[in-house]
Amino acid sequence: MIGIVDYKAGNLTSVARALESLHEPCIVTHDAGILDDASHIIFPGVGAAGQAMANLRESGLDGHLRKWVREGKPVLGICLGTQVIFERSEEDDTPCLGIVPGEVKRFPADLREGGQRLKIPHMGWNRVAFSEGHPVFAGIPAEAEFYFVHSYYPAPADDAWATGWTDYGIRFCSAVARGNLVAVQFHPEKSGRPGLKLLSNFCGWGGNHAE
Amino acid sequence: MLSKRIIPCLDVRDGRLTKGIKFKGNVDIGDPVEAAREYYEQGADEIVFYDITASAEKRAIMLDVVKRVAETIFIPFSVGGGIGTVEQMRQVILAGAEKVSVNSAAVNNPGIIAEGAKAFGSQCIVLGMDVKKVFASETIPSGYEMVIHGGRTVTGLDALRWAQEAERLGAGEICLNSIDADGTQDGYELNLTALISSHVGIPVIASGGAGKPDHLVDVLTRGQADAALIASMVHYRTYTIAEIKNFLHGRGVKTRMQW
Repeated sequence: MIGIVDYKAGNLTSVARALESLHEPCIVTHDAGILDDASHIIFPGVGAAGQAMANLRESGLDGHLRKWVREGKPVLGICLGTQVIFERSEEDDTPCLGIVPGEVKRFPADLREGGQRLKIPHMGWNRVAFSEGHPVFAGIPAEAEFYFVHSYYPAPADDAWATGWTDYGIRFCSAVARGNLVAVQFHPEKSGRPGLKLLSNFCGWGGNHAE
Repeated sequence: MLSKRIIPCLDVRDGRLTKGIKFKGNVDIGDPVEAAREYYEQGADEIVFYDITASAEKRAIMLDVVKRVAETIFIPFSVGGGIGTVEQMRQVILAGAEKVSVNSAAVNNPGIIAEGAKAFGSQCIVLGMDVKKVFASETIPSGYEMVIHGGRTVTGLDALRWAQEAERLGAGEICLNSIDADGTQDGYELNLTALISSHVGIPVIASGGAGKPDHLVDVLTRGQADAALIASMVHYRTYTIAEIKNFLHGRGVKTRMQW
């Protein structure tokens, strides 16, 4: 059973529907006891970092997330879920979970590409250059694109944890992997077949990957 | 670099497509869920549903359509038409749509944009704009006026000012429809699209006038649009989305080619 962490950060049913299409049993819940029994944890979310952290602290899910990562359960962060695993976000200068050293930065205001000013949020389909070898990103074609909606991006303290890079005026880290944790800035549940492939890989992953 | 999005638009009334779309083998189908699946498989980057159901009691049918679409396709989709309250937005989003679009209701009550953005985030709120070309005047300095109720009612509101105001209120995207170009299949209104897109910081979806792939090239380059809405040219199977994307790719417009 895949546990999807519900911490009132947007509509999480799209992740559940994507897993259902893959015939992966899953549950969307805020109940830490049920999530304790899940084989895998998906930590999604959209919205603001400050509100997300407040909800996580109030529900006590912050401590549980740290525990699941520490205990070796496979954990997948998505979008805002990915951002709050770092130490701090520039969004309202929010202290975050500190599971991965590093911070979350805002795209510079005057982002340009080929002389044209880029819009923020970075919204739409873009490529991800994955480093080879990680089982969760296996079998995804190099030209595949993923759906993004965000104004902030992860900047891990060690580039070795960055397993995916995306270009949008700057080159930013769009996928992170560290031990049993994988976290992506894009929405695999909304990225068509390549996204479903990633989710399917995650559901079949034991969480052990040598860095 | 972001890909330019190609977005088919489906008009729905009482849970059925208002105009059937031609399927493989030229079978005409009226089920919006099947149509969404077809376009998803053809490589659509997103889908827009426009619900023109008139009666309130039949709105539940659309929510069921939204729910079934969400179980079938795994790309973003939006729902518009007659949405005027946060509660209506919530129902559509909970049923599985990523985005809701507001049009006439936002002109009458701009506060709905801010309320929606606060409740669900700006990325969920699309401002639909129906625009008509007029003589530039003191009240309409851009020469483009907002119209509502499908173009039947003029508002006295300048389209450019309204776009900027909606962005300030928290709209995450603009779907910009030219009433003059709509239905002509003669091409998008490039001046209008470029004007709005270059004066706002949020993405602009161009709508109205698409008849052939060249029109999409024009609006995605000279028109500075971030995405292009299409209807008849794919509904009648004159082109498939894959053919349009191949054409754009060949003309150097970056589109998503792997799906």
